[in-house]
Amino acid sequence: MDLNLIMYLIPSLIMFGCGVYGFITRKNMIAILISLELMLNSVDINFVVFNRYLFPAQQEGMFFTLFAIAIAAAETAVAIAIIINVYRAAKNVDINQITKMKF
Amino acid sequence: MESLGNVIMYVIIALTIIVFSVLAVTTKKILRSATYLLFVLLATAAIYFQMDYEFLGATQIAVYAGGIVVLFVFAIMLTHKPGEDAAPITSHKRTLGLVACGAGVLLCGAAMLGYAKFCGQSLPSMSDFTIDSLGKMLLSTDKYGYLLPFEAVSVLLLACIIGGIVIARKR
Repeated sequence: MDLNLIMYLIPSLIMFGCGVYGFITRKNMIAILISLELMLNSVDINFVVFNRYLFPAQQEGMFFTLFAIAIAAAETAVAIAIIINVYRAAKNVDINQITKMKF
Repeated sequence: MESLGNVIMYVIIALTIIVFSVLAVTTKKILRSATYLLFVLLATAAIYFQMDYEFLGATQIAVYAGGIVVLFVFAIMLTHKPGEDAAPITSHKRTLGLVACGAGVLLCGAAMLGYAKFCGQSLPSMSDFTIDSLGKMLLSTDKYGYLLPFEAVSVLLLACIIGGIVIARKR
C-alpha cells in the first residue's frame, strides 16, 4: 500500500469541514475560536503536504506554514485578550447576548 | 512501497484527526473541546514528522500544543463556571452548519478525487534539507531567503504583546 498525496488531504478536508460546522453552530466565543484553529491547522497541513509531495526540492510551503503558525499564535493571543475583556464588561461570552454594538 | 510501520502510523494519525476534530466541535463541555483540539494539533505535528519536517513538527508542538492550548484553557477557566454545559444548538443553525460543511466537503472531495490520478506517487526523497540550511534561509536576503517575513513576524509579535496588554489591562 502506497501513501500518496490524496490520503493526507482527506483528513485535512474533514478537519476543515468540522471547523466550518463548529464556526456556524457554536455560540460560545472561545468555541468559535477553537473551530477557527481547526480550519487554520488543516490549511497548514495542505501547504506542507503539497510542498513535500509535488515540489520536494523547494521549501516554500514549509516556510509558509512556519510563518502561518507564528501569525496564528499572535492572532489567538489578541482574540483571547478581547474575549476576556468582553467577559469583564458583559459577564458573558455568548454571542447571542452581546448585542450592544449591533447596528 | 511504504514500510508497514509508516502505514500503521498514517492510519493512527488519520483516525485521530477525524475522530477528535468531530468531537471538538460537537462536545457539550468547552474544556473537553479544548482537550480534543490538543489531540488534533498533536496528530498534525505527527504528520509533519512523517513528512521529515522535524523543525516544523517541533514548532507545532511548542507553539500550538504548548502555547495556544494553554492560553485556551486559561481563558476557559477565567470565563466559565466548571462543569457548565453549552446551550443546545437551534435546529436551523444546525441545518445551516451541516449544509455548509457537507457542501464544502463534497465539492472539495469531488475536485480532489478528480485529480487523484495525478498524485499517485509515493513520498519522494528530499534533497539535503537540514536545520542548518533552514536557519541560513530564514536569515538570508538572496533568492529563497526569508529575512523580510522573519523581521515582519518579529514586529507583529511585538505589536501583539503590546496590543494584548493594552486590551486586557485593568483600567
